Amino acid sequence: MAEVTLRQVSKRFGPIEAVRDLSFAIDNGEFVVLLGPSGAGKTTTLRLITGLERPDSGSISIDGRDVTQDPPGTRDIAFVFQQYSLYPHLSVYDNLAFPLRSPARRVPEATIRKRVEQTAELLHIAGKLGNKATRLSGGEMQRVAIGRALVRDPSIYLMDEPLSSLDAKLRAELRLELKRIQVELGATILYVTHDQVEAMTMASRIGVIKDGELLQLGTPREIYENPNSRYVASRLGTPQINFLPASLIPEIAVPPATEVVGIRTEHLQIAATDGGGIVGRVHRIEHLGDQNHVHLEYRGQMLITLADPHQPLQANQDVGLKLIDPLFFDAAGRRIAATVH
Amino acid sequence: MAQIRVENLRKSFDQFTAVEDSNFTIDNGSFFALLGPSGCGKTTTLRMIAGLELPTDGRILLNGEDVTFRRAAERDIAFVFQLFALYPHMDVEQNIGFPLKCQGMKRREARERVLETARLLRIEHLLRGKTSKLSGGDRQRVALGRAMVRRPKAFLMDEPLGALDAEFRALMCGELRELHDRISATTVYVTHDQHEAMAMADRIAVMNAGRIEQIGVPQEIYDRPASMFVADFIGSPPMNFLHFEAGLAPGDRAVKFPHASVAIPEIREAKAPGPLVLGVRPEHIRFADAAPVRGRVFGAEYLGTTQIVTVDTEQGQVKARLPSSLAVQVGEVVGLTFRSDALSLFDAQTGVAIRTATYASAGHG
Repeated sequence: MAEVTLRQVSKRFGPIEAVRDLSFAIDNGEFVVLLGPSGAGKTTTLRLITGLERPDSGSISIDGRDVTQDPPGTRDIAFVFQQYSLYPHLSVYDNLAFPLRSPARRVPEATIRKRVEQTAELLHIAGKLGNKATRLSGGEMQRVAIGRALVRDPSIYLMDEPLSSLDAKLRAELRLELKRIQVELGATILYVTHDQVEAMTMASRIGVIKDGELLQLGTPREIYENPNSRYVASRLGTPQINFLPASLIPEIAVPPATEVVGIRTEHLQIAATDGGGIVGRVHRIEHLGDQNHVHLEYRGQMLITLADPHQPLQANQDVGLKLIDPLFFDAAGRRIAATVH
Repeated sequence: MAQIRVENLRKSFDQFTAVEDSNFTIDNGSFFALLGPSGCGKTTTLRMIAGLELPTDGRILLNGEDVTFRRAAERDIAFVFQLFALYPHMDVEQNIGFPLKCQGMKRREARERVLETARLLRIEHLLRGKTSKLSGGDRQRVALGRAMVRRPKAFLMDEPLGALDAEFRALMCGELRELHDRISATTVYVTHDQHEAMAMADRIAVMNAGRIEQIGVPQEIYDRPASMFVADFIGSPPMNFLHFEAGLAPGDRAVKFPHASVAIPEIREAKAPGPLVLGVRPEHIRFADAAPVRGRVFGAEYLGTTQIVTVDTEQGQVKARLPSSLAVQVGEVVGLTFRSDALSLFDAQTGVAIRTATYASAGHG
């Protein structure tokens, strides 16, 4: 495994600036997730690292070596795609062995057997090695696809939404598995997704990317608790963070230049109406089971928060609202640090 | 508007029984969800209510009137499908007004109706537009408008949000429920998505293999699932199952694992020794160093305010929802405590919930 560094990498396709001035490093053994909507430049970034695209400017190095001008085959990278592309006529064993049997590698068959069996063990598909690849469930196929990357010992694994074609239950299972495998192997992974849950649950660090620009890079906790902008704040958290114009809550002390207050569900508590304070009206209650989503109306704006499902609340009821350490943003959407009272 | 009543409803296709002895009543103006995996019989049930499928046995009553063998067109029910087919050569107003035109309603009156419907759906500004120019959400609103404009007695919806992505689905869930609150039309909603059913429905019927496993308000189904199937189908992550062997007697207030005793709600029925399952919701698990139920942390998934921690125990793998402020190390051994008044017990062989003090009042079987 190795570290990968991008320095001021830019890439355009005609009029479109796919990636702009991108700089970040993936440390050895780190699981970095690039999180962004489609068209943000995630896949282009992966293709630039593999060498499938050349940057217009900037440089890429792997393990300290500048590979910017190197052809893809020499970069020692394993790629896992969204659609598992297995060889349907081959067995699971042969699918896994395939990358090692490349004439350029000349790996002895005994070594191949050992690597394939270890990998299958790791992915819990050891019992399926004799199966045809087409005789597997969707989850097993994706495990084999991931396994085909794992049998090699590359500098870095690049993964392009490898779980997005699976159903929710399987996705949740493989999320946990992939993280376990990464820790066990000490693998270096760059993973791109538009799914915030994948990013939060697996990443050592998340890079939030939008319109080809890296907006913030940090641990899931840093990104969630300390977003540097309104946009980043809106990317993480279910339900999405509420935004209120500061002018609507004059009762709350805000730092100078605050235009918008960002209120996550944990920043908004429903309290008794005791005369003072801010008062909202319950608009609608949604059951989740472990909690309720409470939709509130406050001065013409809709807010959403969580409440205990057994807390008696009814539509059209007036409730007191208590704000606890919300986030503040200026007119440009930049985060303003809360002033210490 | 209408009350819908289903009595001993059954449907077989050759050897295969799609729906088995279904009984339920949907109150006038309520939002009722039929929830279950594909092939459970929920769509067949809906199609029988609509009159698109004839039952093998049983009756369907609309406002007390037997409509079992009445043709679909004579039931005054609107069916909304998953994929909305709009007429591409007509504008939005013509699309919504089409059912009225077919009925031969006067143009002036029809226009009024269409306008009123569009107002309810908040799409008045789209009336003159071509349907091909509409966004996915607006297409859906127009299709709903076409169902609503006849002012049917009830709406039947078959996974209307199935084709949408997650974020948009959540938004449309809210919109559909708000629309329901504005027009208070009896709605039967078929879905395989527990989030949709929990978020929107007044009552849910959970179906499995042609049978209704439980009918109740969402919180009841979540808190007191009548079977392991229901417990596993509802909640994310779903209810944890801890497997053990024991016998039970009325009055018991604890169950014995090989190396631990766990406090439970008082048992209200006798059970011969055999395989049992303790059902624990993820949010009812806490870590405590000294707790006798032990496990090893397999993984921790950060979710913002909470984290899901997966723990391997002697009784099986469990997922706990814990505050994210708690530091958890993969591989460490932890003790688990459970909120005793919120636990469920099941017979592992039948999957049916065992009666306890908290389950006593629940609809059983």
